[in-house]
Amino acid sequence: MNRVRNYFWRVVVSLIFAAGLWATVVRFTRGLGGATHLSDSFPWGLWIGFDLLCGVGLAAGGFAIAATVYLLHLEKYRPILRPTILTAFLGYMLVIAALMYDLGRPWRIWHALVFWNPRSVMFEVAWCVMLYTAVLALEFSPMLWERLGWAPVQRVMRAVTIPLVGLGVILSTLHQSSLGSLYLIVPTKLDPLWYSPLLPLFFFLSSIAVGMAMVIFESGLSARAFGKALELSLLKQVARVMAVTLAVYLLLRFQDLVWRGVLSQVWTARGETALFWLENALLAIPMALCFSGRLRSNPQGLFGCAVLVVAGFLANRLNVSVSGLQRSAGAPYFPSWMEIAVTLTIVAAGFVLFNLAVRYLAVFRPAKYDAVTVGVPEGTTPLRSWL
Amino acid sequence: MRALLVDITKCIGCGSCVAACREQNRLPVPADGSWPSQPDAQNFTVLKKAAWKGEEYNYRRLCMHCLTPTCESVCPVGALRKTAQGPVVYDESRCIGCRYCLQACPFSVPRYEWTSLEPRVRKCNLCEARVAEGRPNACAEACPTGATIAGEREELLKTARARIAAEPEKYVSHIYGEHEAGGTSVLFLSPIPFEKLELPAGLMAEPLPLLTFRVLSKIPHLVATGGALLAGVWWITNRRQEVAAAEAAEKEKQP
Repeated sequence: MNRVRNYFWRVVVSLIFAAGLWATVVRFTRGLGGATHLSDSFPWGLWIGFDLLCGVGLAAGGFAIAATVYLLHLEKYRPILRPTILTAFLGYMLVIAALMYDLGRPWRIWHALVFWNPRSVMFEVAWCVMLYTAVLALEFSPMLWERLGWAPVQRVMRAVTIPLVGLGVILSTLHQSSLGSLYLIVPTKLDPLWYSPLLPLFFFLSSIAVGMAMVIFESGLSARAFGKALELSLLKQVARVMAVTLAVYLLLRFQDLVWRGVLSQVWTARGETALFWLENALLAIPMALCFSGRLRSNPQGLFGCAVLVVAGFLANRLNVSVSGLQRSAGAPYFPSWMEIAVTLTIVAAGFVLFNLAVRYLAVFRPAKYDAVTVGVPEGTTPLRSWL
Repeated sequence: MRALLVDITKCIGCGSCVAACREQNRLPVPADGSWPSQPDAQNFTVLKKAAWKGEEYNYRRLCMHCLTPTCESVCPVGALRKTAQGPVVYDESRCIGCRYCLQACPFSVPRYEWTSLEPRVRKCNLCEARVAEGRPNACAEACPTGATIAGEREELLKTARARIAAEPEKYVSHIYGEHEAGGTSVLFLSPIPFEKLELPAGLMAEPLPLLTFRVLSKIPHLVATGGALLAGVWWITNRRQEVAAAEAAEKEKQP
């Protein structure tokens, strides 16, 4: 049975990669216009709305858990640390990969280093992506050094971990909120159900909630795939943090509608209204469920809640970046199959890389992290098996 | 500062401005001389018709050349810039192709070369070279009726006010572009509501870049206080652990 399932997933991933390869060839020989449904009236589509906005958000667990373990010294969360950092690192690498498709002239991505415009939110976003990817690479690297048995490098890494984690927290806060700030400049274009001066705060809060959801989600997947899961008691705590963050977020979200005097619009019969309720129901239902102690003790229930929160988060980001802008654009946008193929390829690549990392690095069973270990950590496949 | 005044009551829809713009910017000209329904990467201005109360009116679409341009503020690499002489110009050599200018422009003006492998942002440049030489803009020079005239912004505002005052029944009592989005270098006078000319109503009178600047200006404070706060939290929790470890060691010593 397990074999059949593995075979099935291999076929699916291969098909996705084949479609993605085809789309890649079209994108880089026929230009953005040949591969996407983007236009002058709809210049940002799925690659910005999903790959960038959602990719960065889903990686938010990385800074939150790193801060919990290293800055708050809550040692019990250490087992979550490595899978979360790995997710964040892979997430950011994949965001950069997506940017290479979306930028009109991707080979000039370094221009933001040389030509400065500090008044641009996009400039802030570019610097956050670059710096935080570097920080994540360093935070992830101990898994590699330990694997290679490079003790001196491990010692250096341990010395700089604390300032590095602090830097990561600041950069992430800036980055998560700045993705919301990107849309502050379109007050007349973005639908009032989503346009708010509080967009940066909303993006930050929801990213923390979805970061927690991703911790639970990955633990569930890993339990199934590798038989490696996190302790239920820890996940229950993570779920509680998630529920409280969501409660604060949703309270502010509706209060903001009142402040801006657009609360009445949540009842008008429009497509936007349905999407608004879908998004908020997907966040409110798991929030309510996670406040119940009984549900939190049920691994399947926790996993289900995490999936709902991730779905609600994706709905929110796609509403801000796509559905909320359709009406003012005057031209409908729906991604081309090639845009979808590239996005699926990037998601699939994330799963494959995570899988490889879990197999060959000590992601779920860190060998005594603070002691310098030499040799193959327990519970991982010897390196030569995939060479 | 150079500006244009477009008076809809004077436009006869002849298309001279479109032809002059193409010649000035060396844009391709179709055999029949026609133009698309909206500006695109090869048409920086187009003429359109608006219907209002049984009458037909001609109007132009072109870059508004804002005094505090949204496109200039959002460009991460400073490829768009308002020059002291008035034009908002684009530096192709800097552009990375993020298209934030297209997304952010309140007038939805910038266009992109979607099918190119080295795509550029395209839009009216207010005849930057002509302005530098002190010559009138190509479209204004070509206009046979004076529907588009070029001049200093302050002078054109005076002209526009005088026209409204002289024939108040003929015009909507408003100069579009005097205050919209912080003011623009292209001004419109119209006998019909400006929305009919695809000019967005209800734009704030402040420049849009203020919306993001209010947030961006808080970043240095956030970094400084955030850094101090994190260091403080780390120190306290670390100290607590050290004390706990020391106490435990102390207990072990005393049997």
